[in-house]
Amino acid sequence: MDKTINLTLKVWRQAGPKAKGKFETYKIDNVSTDSSFLEMMDVLNEQLVAERKEPVAFDHDCREGICGMCSMYINGHPHGPDGEITTCQLHMRNFNDGQTITIEPWRSAAFPIIKDLMVDRGAYDKIIQAGGYVNVNTGGVPDGNAIPIGKDIADEAMDAASCIGCGACAAACKNGSAMLFVAAKVSQLALLPQGKVEGAHRAKAMVAKMDELGFGNCTNTGACEAECPKNVSISHIARLNREFLVAKFQD
Amino acid sequence: MWLIDSSIGRKLVMSITGTFLVLFLLFHSIMNLVVIISPEGYNAICEFLGANWYALVATSILASGFVIHILYALYLTFQNMRARGAERYAVKNNQKGVSWSSQNMLVLGAIVLGFLVLHMYNFWFKMQFVELTGIHTGDFHPADGAAYVQQLFSNWVYCVVYIVWLAALWLHLTHGIWSALQSLGLNNKTWLPRVKVIANVISTIVVLMFMAVPVYYLLGCGSGC
Ligand code: HEM
Ligand code: SF4
Ligand code: FES
Repeated sequence: MDKTINLTLKVWRQAGPKAKGKFETYKIDNVSTDSSFLEMMDVLNEQLVAERKEPVAFDHDCREGICGMCSMYINGHPHGPDGEITTCQLHMRNFNDGQTITIEPWRSAAFPIIKDLMVDRGAYDKIIQAGGYVNVNTGGVPDGNAIPIGKDIADEAMDAASCIGCGACAAACKNGSAMLFVAAKVSQLALLPQGKVEGAHRAKAMVAKMDELGFGNCTNTGACEAECPKNVSISHIARLNREFLVAKFQD
Repeated sequence: MWLIDSSIGRKLVMSITGTFLVLFLLFHSIMNLVVIISPEGYNAICEFLGANWYALVATSILASGFVIHILYALYLTFQNMRARGAERYAVKNNQKGVSWSSQNMLVLGAIVLGFLVLHMYNFWFKMQFVELTGIHTGDFHPADGAAYVQQLFSNWVYCVVYIVWLAALWLHLTHGIWSALQSLGLNNKTWLPRVKVIANVISTIVVLMFMAVPVYYLLGCGSGC
């Protein structure tokens, strides 16, 4: 039989972007330790609806760790206490019977709260729109057997590309800095031949957008890397700094 | 101006002034060791770094390095607090691998600054300042640095105060040195653990060299042993 636990949840409730929020406490019983955190939230919402109360608004989509929507700050950690996973991949077996779980939204000036646990992570999309792409040039098909870059560089680019844009880095950062995200997006392209061409413009445009949107200055605390569900390394931030500084000095 | 308007530009200024201050500290701490080996040699250095034009030029460059570092530190920290937002997390846990110093650089810097003012009063005010203005503020000849060092550290309270100061400096530098390299883009996956070790080694050497002087006098060795 399933093991079940009883929990107390302290959930941040906020009616709208301008409304004043506060914590509400809910009891939830017989939660299967095999269920995921979001399934537990679904059960809570069914319970609230049955009691004719407003369900908790939270973001989610894929529920398999690839879309980056499930932004929840659980017991002091973005995506919960377990490492290298998103909230939707978090299992209830990480919690103990009788435990109190505090659930908060991302708190960062650049991610305003929409409702309850939902925040507007549109700022990250705007940074991507500023330069996180490669302009498509149609032309001859390249030789399928040509190897333009080494495996180690391709791996490094792939590690950067694993970023799902979830926002945990800025949420965890005491400076509200988006550097890990921007560094991942700049690195994944800067390391590849197709991306190198527009590298200087990309670094400048994305950093300018990041600053404009009110993200903070990176002081290299490393909290982002510790909380990143994809374990993106802060060494990409050094690459971003390099790309940006070289581009500026070339001007 | 991108050195003010852009976050990475601001970090560039921070890291260059920081590195410059670290190099100054290396020079200063080596100079201090001379007072243990030979007080006469130390006074010769004090003489050399008196109110000469080159020492004054160096002093003003150094002072502006400090001023820029501090102004940027305040500006950056202010911006970062605003970026964090008005609402704070109710539960805040520490992440593994995040050093306490890295999150408290301003506090550590402020401690360093506080003692720096005391330090200027203890030494600069009685030495270079006297040579500049001719107003005599200390008990000894302005170039007799060794006498001033001995006088100050014959008081154990000052020894302890200076040791506390150096502890704060050590914490500031263990994060600051590798952080500066990271800000300059001089880092990668292989070097990340290495630059952290380099930062610890440099800060420990600097602080131990500084600490040697008060400890030497605290143990009573200054008055002939
Ligand atoms: C001898 C004195 C000092 C030395 C050698 C020094 C050195 C450094 C270095 C190397 C950094 C790293 C820069 C980077 O991350 O790019 C740094 C950062 C910092 N320093 Fe200092 N510093 C000194 C004094 C001060 C003082 C007096 C203050 C403030 C009142 C201060 C405040 C800060 C702050 C807030 C940072 C973090 C800024 C950031 O990482 O963006 N420091 N310092
Ligand atoms: S770098 Fe990591 S924490 Fe930041 S957005 Fe990408 S996946 Fe999320
Ligand atoms: S819901 Fe898609 S990553 Fe969690």
